[in-house]
Amino acid sequence: MKTLLAKLRLYWPLTKSLQTGLLLSTGLAGYMSARCPVTHWYDFFGLGVSLFMAIAGSTILNMWYDRDLDSVMDRTHHRPLASGLVAQQEALRLGVALSIPGVGLAAAMSPLYGLIVFAGLFFDVVVYTLWLKRRTCWSIVWGGISGGMPILAGRAFGLGTVDGIGILLALAVLFWIPTHILTFSMRYFDDYKAARIPTFPSTYGFAVTRATISISSVIAALSIGSAAVLIGVEWGFVRLLAVLSAGLLLLATASTFRPSERVNFGLFKYASLYMLSAMVLLSI
Amino acid sequence: MTILNRILLLLTGLLAAYQIAVGIDGLATLPIMAYTIAFGILLVAALLLIILGFEVLDSPIVVIASTAIPLCLSLGLVWEHFAPYRRLYLAIAIAGFLAVLATRLLPLRNRLPVVLLATVHGIAGLIIFLLPILLSLAGQARPAFSLVGVGGALIGAGGLLLALLKAGKPLLSHETILKVLPGLLLLMMAAFVAGFALG
Repeated sequence: MKTLLAKLRLYWPLTKSLQTGLLLSTGLAGYMSARCPVTHWYDFFGLGVSLFMAIAGSTILNMWYDRDLDSVMDRTHHRPLASGLVAQQEALRLGVALSIPGVGLAAAMSPLYGLIVFAGLFFDVVVYTLWLKRRTCWSIVWGGISGGMPILAGRAFGLGTVDGIGILLALAVLFWIPTHILTFSMRYFDDYKAARIPTFPSTYGFAVTRATISISSVIAALSIGSAAVLIGVEWGFVRLLAVLSAGLLLLATASTFRPSERVNFGLFKYASLYMLSAMVLLSI
Repeated sequence: MTILNRILLLLTGLLAAYQIAVGIDGLATLPIMAYTIAFGILLVAALLLIILGFEVLDSPIVVIASTAIPLCLSLGLVWEHFAPYRRLYLAIAIAGFLAVLATRLLPLRNRLPVVLLATVHGIAGLIIFLLPILLSLAGQARPAFSLVGVGGALIGAGGLLLALLKAGKPLLSHETILKVLPGLLLLMMAAFVAGFALG
């Protein structure tokens, strides 16, 4: 038992629990935006389990492939794989052992849902990590597309089809991801440079990166707001969403015109809080 | 910032979020907009204080945002309870806000910005403080509505402490003000929520 707990404690950081949790919340919100109140709890439970396994599995596979990069970055060199606490083969097996059953369960629940979950995993692991991450800073677009898949999958599972609102929600996540990732790549600029990963700040400079963050924040806020109205979210919650969006835009603008490390990292934190709050509001 | 301060600010933010989402339903369009702006600024301010710390209070935008709060709250109250003065007060609120905004953007070296700020805050603050209490005393609103006036007094006290601190003539020390501010904001928000819900 003690060995198992020790293993779990080692494996847990491999899943990037906060990131996985946030993406899982988007998937559940996508489902609840179509099926609220939730009456089929077994569907909801299956959705949660399959999404968690697929997202955590793909995250572990990313970390397995990027272990050489993690080992040269100050921020990540202590991770279980980079520091040698977890063996490479063990991590690979764990990633596969979570991903395949996760996609399999999703496909068994609904072929369309399974296909979208598989697309998310494919874009994340193959297109983003294996193919583009080390070649171009534009890889984040594919990372963003894969990040938008859980919410699209959740809504498609709830409806039985892909609709315009689902695509709008996926777009919201796609355009929210630059706010999240680019603020991070500015904060850890030297780390990414040391690992020779092309990022927006290293390719286009900080000013262009900040402008990109601002523009993508506006599009993300507009997409999520439009989706909320089209879903028929109560006006009170739409008002609240508008206020939270205004906060996001305020910070993005401040980051562009009065840049500082504090505002930049504040925007990173606020963006996560914003997405989580938006998901809660879409689910009510 | 201490954990306790973060918890107090989080509760303030949650109360403001509740007020925006639920607490002002059923009102006319303009009061809903005015209250949404006022409580929205308080919500975002609470979140930014948690994330960025008290240094956020040094930003020049604080003066403008802290002017919008009482102006919007007082505008909502006047619009709801003093129908004959709606348009007049709407004009006063817009002119007051634009004037404060202009004095912050233009490089003025006289006392006009301070006088203007004090006048705008004074008028709006008195309306928020007195109007709910007078309406309650006159029987035109439930007694609990006077809690909105208490909230107005608390936000006025907080604004005064910060304004005097920024002007270099603090009533309390910098540390004391920052220590009491989260609690003051929570009490104020609780008074507003209770006043609107029960009044």
